Amino acid sequence: MRERYKPVYSGLSFSTVKEVRGPLLFVEAKGVSFGELVEVVSHTGEERLGQVIEVAENIAVIQVFEGTSDLEVEKTRVRFTGEPVKLGVSMDLLGRVFDGRGRVIDGYPDPIYVDEWDIHGAPINPYSRAHPSEFIQTGVSVIDGMNPLVRGQKLPIFSGSGLPHMLLVSQIVRQAKVRGEEEASIVVFGAMGITADEARWFKEDFEKMGVMDRTVMFVNLAEDPAIERLLTPRLALTAAEYFAFEQDMHTLVILSDMTNYCEALREISAAREEIPGRRGYPGYMYTDLASIYERAGRIRGGKGSVTQIPVLTMPEDDITHPIPDLTGYITEGQLIMDRDLYRRGIYPPINPLPSLSRLMDAGIGPGKTRRDHKQLSDQLYYCYAEGVAIREAAMISGEAGLTERDKLYYRFADEFERRFINQDPYEDRDIEETLDIGWELLEPFPEVELARIDPSLIREYHPRYRRRMG
Amino acid sequence: MLVKGTISRVAGPFVTAKNATGLRMYELVRVGEEGIIGEVIGLSGDNAFIQVYEETAGLKPGEPVEGTGRPLSVELGPGLAGCMFDGIQRPLHILQDMAGFFIRRGLTPNALDRGRKWFFQRAVKPWSKVSGGSVLGYVDETPVVKHKVLVPPDVGGVLEYIAPEGEYSVEDVIAELRRDGEKIRLKLIHSWPVRKPRPYKYKIPPDIPLKTGQRVIDTFFPVARGGTVAIPGGFGTGKTVLQHTLAKFADADIAIFVGCGERGNEMAGLIDEISKLKIPGTDYPLMNRTVLIVNTSNMPIAAREASVYTGITIAEYYRDMGYDVLLMADSTSRWAEALREVCGRLEEMPGEEGYPAYLATRLAEFYSRAGRVVTLNGEEGSVTVVGAVSPPGGDFSEPVTQTSLRLIKVFWALDFSLAHRRHFPAINWLRSYSMYLDSMRSWYERQVAPDWVKVREEAMSILREEEELRELIALLGPEVLTETQKLTLEIARMVREYFLRQSAFHPIDSYCPLDKTYHMLRLILKLREKMSIAVEKGVSLAELLKMPIIEEIARMKIIPYDEFKKSIERVEYEVDRLLEKVIGREKG
Ligand SMILES: Nc1ncnc2c1ncn2[C@@H]1O[C@H](COP(=O)(O)OP(=O)(O)O)[C@@H](O)[C@H]1O
Ligand SMILES: [Mg+2]
Repeated sequence: MRERYKPVYSGLSFSTVKEVRGPLLFVEAKGVSFGELVEVVSHTGEERLGQVIEVAENIAVIQVFEGTSDLEVEKTRVRFTGEPVKLGVSMDLLGRVFDGRGRVIDGYPDPIYVDEWDIHGAPINPYSRAHPSEFIQTGVSVIDGMNPLVRGQKLPIFSGSGLPHMLLVSQIVRQAKVRGEEEASIVVFGAMGITADEARWFKEDFEKMGVMDRTVMFVNLAEDPAIERLLTPRLALTAAEYFAFEQDMHTLVILSDMTNYCEALREISAAREEIPGRRGYPGYMYTDLASIYERAGRIRGGKGSVTQIPVLTMPEDDITHPIPDLTGYITEGQLIMDRDLYRRGIYPPINPLPSLSRLMDAGIGPGKTRRDHKQLSDQLYYCYAEGVAIREAAMISGEAGLTERDKLYYRFADEFERRFINQDPYEDRDIEETLDIGWELLEPFPEVELARIDPSLIREYHPRYRRRMG
Repeated sequence: MLVKGTISRVAGPFVTAKNATGLRMYELVRVGEEGIIGEVIGLSGDNAFIQVYEETAGLKPGEPVEGTGRPLSVELGPGLAGCMFDGIQRPLHILQDMAGFFIRRGLTPNALDRGRKWFFQRAVKPWSKVSGGSVLGYVDETPVVKHKVLVPPDVGGVLEYIAPEGEYSVEDVIAELRRDGEKIRLKLIHSWPVRKPRPYKYKIPPDIPLKTGQRVIDTFFPVARGGTVAIPGGFGTGKTVLQHTLAKFADADIAIFVGCGERGNEMAGLIDEISKLKIPGTDYPLMNRTVLIVNTSNMPIAAREASVYTGITIAEYYRDMGYDVLLMADSTSRWAEALREVCGRLEEMPGEEGYPAYLATRLAEFYSRAGRVVTLNGEEGSVTVVGAVSPPGGDFSEPVTQTSLRLIKVFWALDFSLAHRRHFPAINWLRSYSMYLDSMRSWYERQVAPDWVKVREEAMSILREEEELRELIALLGPEVLTETQKLTLEIARMVREYFLRQSAFHPIDSYCPLDKTYHMLRLILKLREKMSIAVEKGVSLAELLKMPIIEEIARMKIIPYDEFKKSIERVEYEVDRLLEKVIGREKG
């Protein structure tokens, strides 16, 4: 057992800061290695952490996680550690709250660590990955029925400002379970730039739910240094990997809000005077985000898993903005919150049409959920998409021209939102209940309209046949 | 003499070396004390700019950089099929044996297993004259791949020795030849620089389709063997699933999948599937004809750049054996982004959206390595290239999509609105095209049906008309439609729902033989013909749509092929007869 992780200094220490630019320090120094952790000591003796992000023969560029305000060129000292940024790990992390760069902030003594892990992790060998296939029941119909979460998946929530993503995250944490298993998973919460109120709400909520003793929190608040946010998700994922791959446990990682993370990335890029990519975000943002999101997964023959639910707010609700766009290109689907559904009082306001779970096919079906799950959800997709299109057209040209068939779909769209998507934040529906609601909603359609479902499944699950069976 | 220099700068995956005079462009180098692998991508004075294929954390100025005297190359020989490599051809299963479940740097295992023995059967006699591409003999690489042992393209001469039948490892000498007095030893493997296209005699026009078993593709937007395809589409529109489907069902001899900067779990999924699914007509899993090159988004970006070259070089190698090879790259955009990173670090003048000005040249070089050729040995082989493109925001006006469109012959435009309503494959039938329709026309007429083109064109015109009618409705409301126009809308819906839509995950629907494709479409058109007669005679459309035969047509896609063949005549007959009934009833 080791005491709290303290960097060992390589002995290199310089007070030759040449320039301070944005969150960056340019230091004249020799013998520095790329990526190493540094400690920056201000003229008042205050210590900050930084990391070498570029190094040339006589100069090192350092990003300072706490920002550079009040630092000056003359008296600032920089101590090099010769080591990467690390996190102390052990089972004692559970139940604890850390700040966004890994310092204890819950008022208790530092935990005992058994090891120190490089927070950047290493890529899982693609050959070693096990394809995720275990259905996690969240008890939320629009997720379980239409876009199910699977163990080892990364499934983000694309939200908008003011939308109830926190409520949904808390519901998922409370209700998520793998059927047939007793043990609940570890929760790792990485908060980037959330408000103190939100952080408090979460902690209290987790305590109320009784999950705090299997939770670790890394919290960077809105008023905390922005650059520190570059560390926070990596700390959270390192802790999660420790539980998953060293302790064989299942972990659920919540990362909120990734939009704030990306802002920090943009700030560094601007300070480095790099050629900006779309909307000022760096061209390497895809690769950088991938180094976070790809840390979800399972390993062949391994017992543990890392499942990620990153949350991000889409600036101006725009899904083509680089943050949601690049995220969607990396993650295994997305759950999209819709302001229009929210205004109409639907909770959770997740629009299933643009939402997606790419691991759905692997995670559902006989033995996992139910035989009819896939095709039923295909049919619900089709009917809802048709219904929404007809409803929109009717809003323009009136309802007069609607055929009987049109009206069926129109009505279905309304009912689907009211009865299937909509549910109470404390309502925990099991998958059978979710699927059965789906079938009930399809009942008004003649069978020829149910072309996405095999006749044998219709005979087995359609309420009309089930009633006949008695 | 190998050049030695010194690291003077490290910035992410890019390293600058000083005192490096003598290093050559694209030379492979060893960087730092650990000797991690890099490639020279720029030279200026005595400085060399190097992209590093592995994690660079911990590297320091002052550490050594050493040239290797050779460019980045791949090993070509038996043992490729069924294997999974990273972007610079390190076998991932060996990396796992060496380092565990996480990738560690500094490991350089051989691409091909040195310990394994292959049974070699010779095909030539001693003292015969051989040249580049000549077949020296055969090795059964997998139960379905007869690997031809080729004389490397740049070698030739008189064969002084050829090994007798027997077991050989890839490094045993199996032939010796003499050229201009110099003795050359040949083994089961040779290496080839990835950035240099392998030579062939000449290209021949691609006029034979690569059958995919996907109705929308085989019917409307087919690709020829040796052709080029781009699949642009926003996230979630189905690029990857479509490429996986091709890897499974396309009738190529060899399928090469390059996972370039995409997801790890996807690759795990693909491996699972192709280890289970059998090659049609055999008892062997698809893995036996597949090569996987995988550099996921979180693996080093420079190796991502290399991965497409590694893939296409292996593709050309099998082509040179006279095989039809299908190469899929998912996604070319991630490769282009790697180029953009290089351009940014070298502080080159960027072109559009930060991409280097030579983006078009690089893409053109890549796609021009596709083609149907006569090999050096006089055989016919082909490389078909299918590249996914990931446009930001799903907007096709961006440089990678636009540049690709100028280079390729088949365009499968994937569409958010189709994907959101779960119409898959989400290939937009109005925007997509294939420039091989004419050249392959006679093949289809001979092999499938003489009226193939007529059927295809009629179906397409129905879909076009649907679009026009929709615009009309949006403008004037549905009341303006005539009964015949309403019928067209219904038929179009059937073409979309019962024919175009095809689930990649349904055990039967996922693969549709050409013959079934043809008959399904023809049946819908026949239904249209009969229904429009009925409508003209005054039968109401609503009444017609209640006919049970329609439900039967709706479910044709999930009828197994054998059953389908048996039932097709009956269904056609019923279409005729039922209509007679309806018309008769109305009149009577
Ligand atoms: N042919 C298909 N049949 C059924 N579902 C499909 C098909 N193509 C795509 N999908 C669905 O769409 C999802 C996204 O497809 P994918 O190929 O991963 O998209 P992309 O690579 O364009 O981001 C898949 O997970 C699957 O659910
Ligand atoms: Mg994809």
